[in-house]
Amino acid sequence: MEARKKEHQSCTTFYLFSLLLLFICIITAASIGSASLSPKKSFIILLSKIPLLRQFISKQEIPKVYVTILFQIRLPRILLSALVGGSLAFVGAVFQGLFRNPLADPHILGISSGAALGATIAILFGIQMSFLGLGAIGCLAFLGALLTVLLVYQLSCTGLGTDTVGLLLTGTAVSTMLSSVISLLMTIKREGIEQVYYWTLGSFSGATWWKVAYLAIFLGIGGGILLFHTKELNLMVVGEEGAASLGIEIQRVRRRLILAASILVATCVSVSGVIGFVGLIIPHCMRFFAGSDHKKLLPFSLLGGAIFSIICDTIARTITAPAELPVGVITALLGAPYFIFLLYKSKRGKNE
Amino acid sequence: MSQLQKLESKNLTWFPVSEKQPILDKISASFMSGKFYGIIGPNGSGKSSFVRHILNFLKHTKGSVCLNGKEVECYSRLELAKNLALVPQNTSIDTSFSAYEIVSMGRNPYQKRFGGETKEDIHKVTEAMKMTSCLEFKDKPFRNLSGGEAQRVIVARAIAQDTPWLLLDEPISNLDIRHQLELMETLKKLNSERKTSILAILHDINLAVSYCSDIIMMKEGQIKYMGETLEVLTCERLFEVYGVQFLKISHPETKKPYFLAQYSSSVELAD
Repeated sequence: MEARKKEHQSCTTFYLFSLLLLFICIITAASIGSASLSPKKSFIILLSKIPLLRQFISKQEIPKVYVTILFQIRLPRILLSALVGGSLAFVGAVFQGLFRNPLADPHILGISSGAALGATIAILFGIQMSFLGLGAIGCLAFLGALLTVLLVYQLSCTGLGTDTVGLLLTGTAVSTMLSSVISLLMTIKREGIEQVYYWTLGSFSGATWWKVAYLAIFLGIGGGILLFHTKELNLMVVGEEGAASLGIEIQRVRRRLILAASILVATCVSVSGVIGFVGLIIPHCMRFFAGSDHKKLLPFSLLGGAIFSIICDTIARTITAPAELPVGVITALLGAPYFIFLLYKSKRGKNE
Repeated sequence: MSQLQKLESKNLTWFPVSEKQPILDKISASFMSGKFYGIIGPNGSGKSSFVRHILNFLKHTKGSVCLNGKEVECYSRLELAKNLALVPQNTSIDTSFSAYEIVSMGRNPYQKRFGGETKEDIHKVTEAMKMTSCLEFKDKPFRNLSGGEAQRVIVARAIAQDTPWLLLDEPISNLDIRHQLELMETLKKLNSERKTSILAILHDINLAVSYCSDIIMMKEGQIKYMGETLEVLTCERLFEVYGVQFLKISHPETKKPYFLAQYSSSVELAD
């Protein structure tokens, strides 16, 4: 009992600490860029938008252009990167638990390849359309992602339902096939190759409040469904038959989780391109703090992914300014060494 | 359990399309509550498949499995989990959950989604861990347990599930001789004190003789013989099922029969 209380306390501390860190990251990231704004100024601008507090703050000190930069350019981008990073890490944790596979990431069921094919078609054939503020690339990427997951799920369905290994293998096979279709399309229509390539590396440069709003809505719904099933995810560590013998309707739970997670990932990919690594590494890093309990692991991953993603995107847009690096490059470049360090540390801890 | 529990299979047949022969061939058997059944038979004789059909993990081709008169497919997983607990063959789990947390998973069928542990849960989990002597390492992460410790934790989980039926798929194959005997004693205690009905797949014929009230002998997807242990087990029948010559002696102290296997390569298989 004593130990449990202590654990509860350390958990609360972690939440408070990471929320604070997230806030600091947002303020700091908002201050960094070609137009220099001090953290204090960005903080004041942020406060001036909060209904009750705004009357205490005089807006005269701050030029209007800064307010515009902050609200129209930086803030949507920061929030979008936080939401995407958080969602990807969140889904990564769910998939790793659901498939009981440490290599699972949000893209494992072919979601990213499907999205990339949709985006490639939109880019190469110059399709023009727009739906609720999403351009053709975003719309087709979203559609491609969802259709691919449905295809993979259907293909791996047998009379008895799906098995995990079959699902992962089908996902990989379909994913590989779609990638070669993309390559084929690119060789036929060479003029768009660069744009397709950059899209597949992911970027938050096209962030708008619209995109932030969608993702927030999908994260709210999808994340809610996923969080509702933490108990099932915990029980699944004992294997499928084990979980079934403990009263879990495996097939139903898996279908729900895959559907909710896939829609969330499809939304992420459609607003930011394919951002790898966050969804694979952050859940593992968070496991060092949260252990195997999904009740802690999922929210921890959400926060961790958001913080990591803001940091990576801030580096990506400033380090070679005015040019921009693809954020996917930074996530892997920063994330991999840290992850290897954690692995090394935990191995040494076990041997001692 | 006040009501009399009954588990029975009628003409249970499982013939997967990929197979040349049915894996389960018209199995009819009824299991009465309060008994300790041992299922024996050579590898591939359908023992595990039979148990997995009872738990509704596999869809049979023909026939039925009924628990208290209702087909197992008609139960929800939750209802089934309140009646049947399983100790699977493979118990390795790579997780940092503690032994205690793994055992308390057995309480899942009785818990509300966000309800947490009740006093009753804590009591049942602790009791189950005491019975299997797991309490001393209850806070150790499961992945750091030895094979024997892990096996006992999984048995404790099934006990904590507090079901009228307990199904075990080779529960002692990973254990050393002392832990084998301890586990069998625990099962015997459950059987006599809590009236838990037990269905255990066993490889050790002599352990089956000393602990099981009834024996089911399986071969090639069929139940060859079934009945009270001392009546069913004879050297001829064991030869028919395993294709191995046995010598039956009387245990010098318990006076129970003891079977000695004798390998001889010249013996032709009974079929």
